[in-house]
Amino acid sequence: MLEIKNVSGGYDEKLVVQNVSFQVKKGEMLGILGPNGSGKSTLLKLISGILPMKSGEVLIEDKTLQSFASKELAKKMAVLPQLHSQAFSHTVRDTVSLGRYPHQSGWFSSWSNEDEAAVQAAMKLTAIQRYEHQLLELLSGGEQQRVFVAQALAQQAPILLLDEPTNHLDIAHQKQLLDTIKTQTIENEITVISIFHDINLASLYCDRLLLMDQGQIKVIGEPQEVVKKSLVEAVYEARVSTTSHPERPKPQVTILPDVMERYKERIITAENFKVTEHYVLFQAEIQLKTWSSAVINAGSGWYKNFVNRRVDASYACDNVQEEMLVYLANYGFSEADTVGMMTAVRTTDAVIKEYKTPFGNIIIMVTAGVGNAVDVSRAYEVEMLPAIGTINTWVIVNGELSDEAFIQSVITATEAKTKALAFEQVKDPRTGTIATGTSTDSVLIAATQKGTHIPYAGPITEIGKKIGLGVYECTVEAIQVYKKAKGWES
Amino acid sequence: MSKSMIGYIMSISVLLLAIWLGVSVGSVKVPIQTLWDTGADAIATNIVWKIRMPRVVLAGLVGASLAIAGAAFQSLLKNPLADPYTLGVSSGASVGAVATLFFGISIPFLGIFTLPVFSMVGALVTMLLVISFAKLVDRGMKMETIILTGIIFSSFLGSVISLMIALTGEELRQIIGWLLGSVSMRGWSFVQMALPFVIIGTFLLWINRRELNAMLFGEERAKHLGVDVKKRKMMILIGGSMLTGTAVSVSGTIGFVGLVVPHMTRLLFGSDNRHVLPLSFINGASLLIICDLVSRTIISPTELPIGVITAFIGAPVFAFIFFKQRKKGGV
Repeated sequence: MLEIKNVSGGYDEKLVVQNVSFQVKKGEMLGILGPNGSGKSTLLKLISGILPMKSGEVLIEDKTLQSFASKELAKKMAVLPQLHSQAFSHTVRDTVSLGRYPHQSGWFSSWSNEDEAAVQAAMKLTAIQRYEHQLLELLSGGEQQRVFVAQALAQQAPILLLDEPTNHLDIAHQKQLLDTIKTQTIENEITVISIFHDINLASLYCDRLLLMDQGQIKVIGEPQEVVKKSLVEAVYEARVSTTSHPERPKPQVTILPDVMERYKERIITAENFKVTEHYVLFQAEIQLKTWSSAVINAGSGWYKNFVNRRVDASYACDNVQEEMLVYLANYGFSEADTVGMMTAVRTTDAVIKEYKTPFGNIIIMVTAGVGNAVDVSRAYEVEMLPAIGTINTWVIVNGELSDEAFIQSVITATEAKTKALAFEQVKDPRTGTIATGTSTDSVLIAATQKGTHIPYAGPITEIGKKIGLGVYECTVEAIQVYKKAKGWES
Repeated sequence: MSKSMIGYIMSISVLLLAIWLGVSVGSVKVPIQTLWDTGADAIATNIVWKIRMPRVVLAGLVGASLAIAGAAFQSLLKNPLADPYTLGVSSGASVGAVATLFFGISIPFLGIFTLPVFSMVGALVTMLLVISFAKLVDRGMKMETIILTGIIFSSFLGSVISLMIALTGEELRQIIGWLLGSVSMRGWSFVQMALPFVIIGTFLLWINRRELNAMLFGEERAKHLGVDVKKRKMMILIGGSMLTGTAVSVSGTIGFVGLVVPHMTRLLFGSDNRHVLPLSFINGASLLIICDLVSRTIISPTELPIGVITAFIGAPVFAFIFFKQRKKGGV
């Protein structure tokens, strides 16, 4: 559809864009990324023909850019400019109608039904119909931007060039605009080349990305090949981290600030625990990075309140999460920084212990109810009914855990728990075999993310050894307390 | 009915009214029927056809030319302060005219046309100089370049005129009178001389009405929309200069019309150049016909220069419309 061959160009003698070559297929959306001054806008101007190129060529459907007359080129390629002011005010409709200019010819060129339909469709797609008869200058920046998008769409060109289309737009309108454009590429096979400042938006919407660096292509490829920590850091000269998008397989980046915050060096100890008859509470002064399978705020996140709530053995609720949120709110815990779990055992039976390691202490909390113990290796044999009885395991670390270390901590803690059940001869009542856990066990790993960096947490690492020992000891003790409370043993 | 339709009906009505008044009002009252009544008084017919009608037509053509040229330049240069005189073409025309008076030039076979012909030559030479100089400075001929070049030329030529005024003796009154503008005692021959240029110039602007709309959003945007900016810009510059040069050469430098009539038109009927151009043309004609009428009747039998009257009447009218529209929040 569009082929850029060894294009160089710039202003005066300076070559801002040097020897750039790439192709774009029909219906493809290509995002151009790069730091300020890397030549993104210049490249777009060379492609649109506003700036004459010093060397190389641009081919549209195998014909050179120069071989098109002005109107013919405008029928092939629409360009969305960056916003600018006007000397006189036009109505929205008149502005969008200008997009039909290349389709009109002759001195008395009349307004055809086709022109009208294109203008109406473009206004509908960008949701500006209700402003149709208003003056452009009375609209907000975001609304004006949408009017220009409509103008470009009304041009009905198979190629669309955009220069930071989401400038001035709030996130709802960013989404709306990019959804509209993306839909055009899918439904009408429009080919889009767009400059982006926002790497995440580009990664999310573009089929391929082109990363410019000092006037040259650093890399071109699918988002996962381009949005890499090493590449982005090298080109933008900023510390970043990449994460995954929650819904789409597209990488996202976040900035890592280099501002030295005056944080208090906080050490977490068992003193941070508080046990009442309603709940076991661990409260930190700073947010801890947490991974858990809790009822409230499961998954990963940063929290400072951890609540293990006691519920009655007969607790039954259709919407557990909602009920739990109300409960937490009643005690003054906000959803934003609280992780919430439930247990049926007495909170006073919780076992809390602190273990020393070379880098800082770890604290372990276990509540164990084993009335519902399950042997996971035999669970397929019997039909399970939900029942009361849960082992909640918390591991809180003074240190900086890597992602691997978080997951290894979960494995280590789970293995230790299973060993404790075996030691205590807790059996699955349905199979008569040694149980591995209960059907509703929960685990929580939290770390201060300050101090020593801990890359791994397997059983032979310093931290793994302490997690293994601690979870085992605490679980054994918790089970014994439970048995005593139930009167299973003397 | 659309806004532009109302605009055309109103503007044409005002024009017809202006023509009627222009023809019938004066030191001798002449009924409008004289124009078509074959049995009318011979003197009245003579006054109407030989004196008043050519005067009204010439005033109309001058006003129309200046207004449409102003509208086009304002859009092209994206500058609400632009007017037909921005490019300096009028200064060139004035230099030609003032030089004719100053040196007392009279070329035998041109006769009374010596001055307008010299003036037109002055306008033409200036236009070529301005365009070539602007091109020399910046091959793309950006709007800023054109405006600055126009300012350089008009101030330089303005000083040439001042020099001639400073050095002149008895021609002073004549020169000042010419510079302030007048359409009196010109007759049909001036109309004939101006008409072809007015038609060609207006046509050149009118076929670029949609391009002017696009260029209001900037040259780059216009180019993206498919406008052949280089070609169109040249057509508009030549068309506008032709109209300005013609108007100045037959009537002197009449101010205000070219600057304000397009603004009044936009305020009243919107800024779509498809309508702003023709409506400015009509309203420019009306304004100048009325101003001419006032200039020759207000302290009759003495005639005031028309340039004195245009702003005198035009400014309050503009102020009124401006105030009304702002109040409505319609601008």
